[in-house]
Amino acid sequence: MKANVIVFPGSNCDRDIKVALEKFQLKTKMIWHQDKEMPKSDLVVLPGGFSYGDYLRCGCMASKSNIMCEVIKHANKGGFIIGTCNGFQILTETGLLPGVLLRNKKLKFICKYVNLLVENNSTPFTSKYKKNQKIKIPIAHNEGNYFAGEKTLDELEQNDQIVLKYCDENSIVNNESNPNGSCLNIAGIVNKKKNIIGMMPHPERCVESILGGTDGSGIFQSLIN
Amino acid sequence: MSNVNLDSAIQHGLTKDEYEKILELIGRKPNITELGIFSAMWNEHCSYKSSRAWLGVLPTKNNRVIQGPGENAGVIDIDDGDVAIFKIESHNHPSYIEPYQGAATGVGGILRDIFTMGARPIANLNAIRFGSPDHPKTKYLLNGVVAGIAGYGNCIGVPTVGGEVEFDSCYDGNILVNAMSIGLAKKDKVFYSIASGLGNPVIYVGSKTGRDGIHGASMASQEFDSNAESKKPTVQVGDPFAEKLLLEACLELMKTGTIVSIQDMGAAGLTSSSVEMASKGNVGIELNLNKVPCRETSMTPYEMMLSESQERMLIVLKNGKEKEAEKIFKKWDLDFSIIGFLTDSKKLTLKFQNKTVCEIPISALADEAPKYRRDWIEINKPKHIDIEKKLIDLNLEQTIKNLLSHPNQADKSWIWQQYDHMVMCDTAQFPGSDAAVVRIHGNSKKAIAASIDCSPRYCRAHPYTGGMQAVCETYRNLCSVGAEPIAITNCLNFGNPEKPEIMGQFVGVIKGIAEACKKLNYPVISGNVSLYNETNGIGINPTPTIGGVGLVKDVSKIKNLKFKNEGNNIYIIGKTLGHLEQSILCYDLLHLKKGPPPSIDIDSELKNGLAVRSLIEKDLINSCHDISSGGLILSLLEMSISSKIGFTLNTNKKGTDRVKFLFGEDQSRYVIEVSNKNKDNLENHLKILDVFFENIGHTSKKISIDDDLKFDLKELSKINKEWFIKYNN
Repeated sequence: MKANVIVFPGSNCDRDIKVALEKFQLKTKMIWHQDKEMPKSDLVVLPGGFSYGDYLRCGCMASKSNIMCEVIKHANKGGFIIGTCNGFQILTETGLLPGVLLRNKKLKFICKYVNLLVENNSTPFTSKYKKNQKIKIPIAHNEGNYFAGEKTLDELEQNDQIVLKYCDENSIVNNESNPNGSCLNIAGIVNKKKNIIGMMPHPERCVESILGGTDGSGIFQSLIN
Repeated sequence: MSNVNLDSAIQHGLTKDEYEKILELIGRKPNITELGIFSAMWNEHCSYKSSRAWLGVLPTKNNRVIQGPGENAGVIDIDDGDVAIFKIESHNHPSYIEPYQGAATGVGGILRDIFTMGARPIANLNAIRFGSPDHPKTKYLLNGVVAGIAGYGNCIGVPTVGGEVEFDSCYDGNILVNAMSIGLAKKDKVFYSIASGLGNPVIYVGSKTGRDGIHGASMASQEFDSNAESKKPTVQVGDPFAEKLLLEACLELMKTGTIVSIQDMGAAGLTSSSVEMASKGNVGIELNLNKVPCRETSMTPYEMMLSESQERMLIVLKNGKEKEAEKIFKKWDLDFSIIGFLTDSKKLTLKFQNKTVCEIPISALADEAPKYRRDWIEINKPKHIDIEKKLIDLNLEQTIKNLLSHPNQADKSWIWQQYDHMVMCDTAQFPGSDAAVVRIHGNSKKAIAASIDCSPRYCRAHPYTGGMQAVCETYRNLCSVGAEPIAITNCLNFGNPEKPEIMGQFVGVIKGIAEACKKLNYPVISGNVSLYNETNGIGINPTPTIGGVGLVKDVSKIKNLKFKNEGNNIYIIGKTLGHLEQSILCYDLLHLKKGPPPSIDIDSELKNGLAVRSLIEKDLINSCHDISSGGLILSLLEMSISSKIGFTLNTNKKGTDRVKFLFGEDQSRYVIEVSNKNKDNLENHLKILDVFFENIGHTSKKISIDDDLKFDLKELSKINKEWFIKYNN
């Protein structure tokens, strides 16, 4: 399987995700944001970071960059896309995923391991997890507060597009376990066709026990399945 | 151009004698640009005029040191052709005036020091100190500083992996923000700031120059009065995105072999970077200021030379390599301008609108900068005080709860969870541990450990002992995780050095640091001095922040402070005498601030540290924690709270002896957890090493001390975690 990792100025998880992809034997190429063509791949990754400094709305500038035309073409052909953190923000800004990511409820950056409930394991990104499995993956963001109108939220639920929700130690999805104020405790969603996932947690940060956990591996294992 | 005279010199922070020395050195009156340049180079921050005479006392070499003080940062050999490059720097004055930008640019500045030398930064640490939590500005300053450190470090993508936080009313008017960074490079790819090669082009890269931060370094070389707020325009504004681009562009350029030397524009901006490079290379430098990329219109030479706009670098390239270098900076959308060249005049020559606006011998600015042997008085160890009476009626249960809920001991995750401590995916030990551990990228075994420490209350009581203790505590923290301590960087924060007692503190601390470093073979390889931390004549406690760095040979063997299982044995390594004066119990909880700090026996420090490392190497222990501020009881409680496993402690002591045993801050001690299986083996091993140890109990479901004290672990944990959340809500 081949992967392209898009590098924007200000991306800072590009190397991290490359290391994780290669650990699971995905052949990975780094693609510069100004490129107008993209080599063929099965997967495109939009990494975490602060693309263009995120001085405008997070992900907004990146969504208008040259390479995104190629990424959108890849999406329309049914190619896989993962957007983590800033990558998720870029996906909502391009309209490839619905909703927006607002500033965290408490207006502070949060970096910590959180519990997540796997709501949908019938996607190409989560098939290695069990449905309703509780996993631990770190978040690190200032703007991860997922927001969408009621109609969109209803659609997400009806189409089974909500993949990951923040939950507590006992797998309960509640206010206390919602770190950033996201609607319905949403941590990750897919598009209708389920070939694109956007998630605030960083699976690349927990694929080795020395780093604090291995629950992120499931995302990569699902893909190569 | 305004007329220069003694008054204008004094307004620039120079003294009458210094102004006269300038007249003598250049044989004429300086113009305003030249005066500004002299004031920037001769202020305390850039010239170290009060401290230089004493810094020479510090040991700076061991067999791993490649570069000691004098460069942008120090360099140590960590085997396999790898080097670690690190330094700590203060950004105290600006952070008090504008906490977010002050702290953010503090992080930006130290990162540039690291990547200027060819290293990719892999870990940031910080030591931040604030006034009393009740002081009206403290909450604002705390929130601003933490957000500023987070804002910069998170965006550039370097993990902030450790640090320390303290509240003390002595910092009410002068907070401390000390930022440290560690980078990784290849031994044969380290870059220095020594300019050479006549005619070689001098290149300006990075962000444009604006009017921010003019006289920042001079501001940081003065005491504050009640008008500190009015100095806001002297604080620089940070752009971490620009720094990220500059980092990637510089590291890319460094692979090409086009660079002769490189220097970041930090304090005193274009002035100090050009003068330092020329001075080190013993050459002259000529700059055409019309070529400097400016953010604002009609900037004068004076403003350009004194601006402290951030995210800028000065590079001397090999002749003819301009095009190759320019291509890289254009790719990263950064300014690139050839602004001058090296000369054989040994002068700093500045041209503007075809006129010469400055011509000063480099030596006058650098070597001839004033160097003072300030008067100082020896500060002797204070006499013991009688505290028995205060201890007799102590309610131990309540005191232990007060200890855990005190802001200086409270759980700090509210702070470090605002820092991205995991980016780069090599953080093997998170904040909240004795030392942070970060793997060497691409090497599955090797890692760097780092710890930042100081106990200013010890330094205030007896500077010599306090200086030694700060060094030893970092040493101990590194040993606790299983790292071999290699070298330190220091950030010396003091009051006004023109006062003999403050200078006495400085001299005492320096001597203490020197003694500890020498005996531990743990030299100083970089650092920074921050003086004039005074407001309206009141100085801070002497605060020599020490950043220690060690090498971990096998990261799979490191230990942390979390208890692992119930039913394991708990030992103390090192002798417990029960020294309470200057302890947290006395100083923070009972407000008894007199008496000597605990004394340090460097031989025990060395021996106990080696013993702990060998226990970790042999995998004989399950967890390890050093005993420092708060004594044995705090160490045990921290091991419990972090693991949700309790302990049963048998002190075999009563009354005030028990209080001393629990809260005493005797040095060179560790708590270790040992399984029954390894017990005999461990005891034999420690006997052979001739190290003092005692079995004090075992891990258990609940927390109990002797027969009479029982605690609910959940309640203690709650008390410990609550303070920061309540304070900031």
